[in-house]
Amino acid sequence: MAAIVRLNDIWKTYRMGDTDVHALRGVSIEIQEGEYVAIMGASGSGKSTMLNILGCLDRPTQGEYFLGGQNVAHLSDDELSFIRSSKIGFIFQSYNLIQQLTVVENIEIPLYYQGWSERDSLKRATELAQLVGLSHRLDHRPNELSGGQQQRVAIARALSNDPLIMLADEPTGNLDSATGQEILRMLDRLQTEGKTIIVVTHDENVAKHSQRIIRLADGMAVDERRMRP
Amino acid sequence: MIGFQAKRTFLLGVKSLWLHRLRSTLTVLGMILGVCSVIAMLAIGEGASHDAQEQMRQLGSTNIIIRSVKPPEDKTARQETSQVAQYGLTYDDVERITQTIPSVTVTVPARRVRKDVRNLSRTTDTFIVGTVPWFPRVMNRRVGEGRFLTGLDVRYKENVCVLEPHVALALFPFKDALGQAVKIGSDFYRVVGVMEALSTGKGGTSSARLDSDAGVYVPLSTFTAYLGEVLTTRSAGSYVRERIEINDAIVAVPAVEQVLDTATAVRATLERFHRKLDYEVIVPLEQLRAAEKVKRTYNIVLGSIAAISLLVGGVGIMNIMLASVTERTREIGIRRALGAKRRHIITQFLTETVLLSGFGGVVGVLIGVTIPWFVGRFAGMTTIVTLWSPLVAFSISVMVGVIFGIYPAQRAASMDPIEALRHE
Ligand SMILES: Nc1ncnc2c1ncn2[C@@H]1O[C@H](COP(=O)(O)OP(=O)(O)O)[C@@H](O)[C@H]1O
Ligand SMILES: [Mg+2]
Repeated sequence: MAAIVRLNDIWKTYRMGDTDVHALRGVSIEIQEGEYVAIMGASGSGKSTMLNILGCLDRPTQGEYFLGGQNVAHLSDDELSFIRSSKIGFIFQSYNLIQQLTVVENIEIPLYYQGWSERDSLKRATELAQLVGLSHRLDHRPNELSGGQQQRVAIARALSNDPLIMLADEPTGNLDSATGQEILRMLDRLQTEGKTIIVVTHDENVAKHSQRIIRLADGMAVDERRMRP
Repeated sequence: MIGFQAKRTFLLGVKSLWLHRLRSTLTVLGMILGVCSVIAMLAIGEGASHDAQEQMRQLGSTNIIIRSVKPPEDKTARQETSQVAQYGLTYDDVERITQTIPSVTVTVPARRVRKDVRNLSRTTDTFIVGTVPWFPRVMNRRVGEGRFLTGLDVRYKENVCVLEPHVALALFPFKDALGQAVKIGSDFYRVVGVMEALSTGKGGTSSARLDSDAGVYVPLSTFTAYLGEVLTTRSAGSYVRERIEINDAIVAVPAVEQVLDTATAVRATLERFHRKLDYEVIVPLEQLRAAEKVKRTYNIVLGSIAAISLLVGGVGIMNIMLASVTERTREIGIRRALGAKRRHIITQFLTETVLLSGFGGVVGVLIGVTIPWFVGRFAGMTTIVTLWSPLVAFSISVMVGVIFGIYPAQRAASMDPIEALRHE
């Protein structure tokens, strides 16, 4: 089976005055469809940089990134935007919901930028809200919801465009442990339904849920350990 | 891609603006004032130009008016003497102008004096004008009842007169003035006609008109015969005796293009036979040209003020939108991460500025069209709101919104999504 994500000798170099800072130095990894992967590492090891590249928010300085067979490493800004709206689902630590929009409207955002019709996207968003157990909160604003509920909205939003990969950045970082567990169980369930999930975390308890851990140190993927076969 | 889900983009814009109602309202206020001033300016300018045209129509753009004036040195020196002052235009002057200047078609000489006009116990004090039969045609007037003076009236120095309607009403409030007799000085005159009322625009009648204060018309020859060439008028407590052959004359020219050349010729002709400056030449066309020039300057000044207020409104919008972009950096980052292209962000913010300025434009137009009405009502100015002025003002306001919205929108779109997401 072809890898859904294939990073090939990825470098990311930031120019800081006279010196080059290498955030990533030749990272090469593959992630298969349906895998649940955790990316771990100390602060400054390059996790955020890697997540940004995986999420097509940023381009590597050098190297190749195949997402679902397409090389996306050097696409234009507009093309990357299209990849994000159609192939990637983001889940952030601080939820990143838009405050003036309702639950349904937040879930609809990726569909809006893909040009879905109002009726279709409303139908899809309502289904997803139901899936994450928020069908009674459709017209609520984010500030009327608890942290766990907000993160569930974010998960629904990440699912709305039926992405190739779901990227979660410290998804439980702002939640108490019980709520965090609830979110993690939801991710587990999505994985069993066939979703490909990549989680960035420094929390071993979060990483435990994944099948595989990629450890970053000094911009290099040094340890790659399969936890569950 | 402005058409991108237009309805939802529009609703999103309304929602975002509604979230900051007070701020949006204040921003719109700047735009409203700008649009109002543009409309009011155009309406007042249009009214002034209408007044000018009305005056032109009244004076007759193809007429040149010459009139006797007391020469400057006479005004002080001869005041208290009983000597008769002779000055002004003569029959010879009028004759010469008619004969020697080929472009002159007809002249209307007139004499005038202020006198009491009586019908039994009713009296009114007005100007008696002695003139010729073609006076109404040149002055663009019509006779309402009866007839005007005729050539025979002049030839036989008939004691007939034509009244202005206000005089007819004052002397004969309850019956028809036609055929009745009025007494001027010690003589009786039969009323043969009543003029149609002089139509006055809001700007009022021009005092340069011969008939602006006239009440009674009599044949020129009759005037000279019965009222005399020496006129005694009371001024500042003493009697002034003046001999004037003709008070005013209108020189009619067939075409507007010939007016200025003819005026030059008229001036030259008069200069040759008058040692003193005891006459003046009024060319309505020249006056109107001058007035129009002044009006143009006036319009440019008013227009600049209106344009500046629109600019100020635009700067206000830009200011608010820049603040809004900064405030919503996180939202921009989220939208970009979720697939918004740069142009989607531009469209979103531009929609908001256009909504602000367009709404300001609509309200501005609604208020703007009522301002000229108040100005007309309470300041007595003529104001005309043309159909296109609200359209112009509205489109300018939308344009201002687009122009001043582009920079904030560009700024929003050019944000790095990663930076924007990190923004607190
Ligand atoms: N925009 C940037 N400009 C310059 N240096 C950066 C930038 N982003 C990250 N870095 C540097 O790259 C390295 C990796 O950073 P990052 O990916 O944020 O690590 P982590 O998320 O694991 O803490 C760090 O040394 C950091 O200082
Ligand atoms: Mg980081």
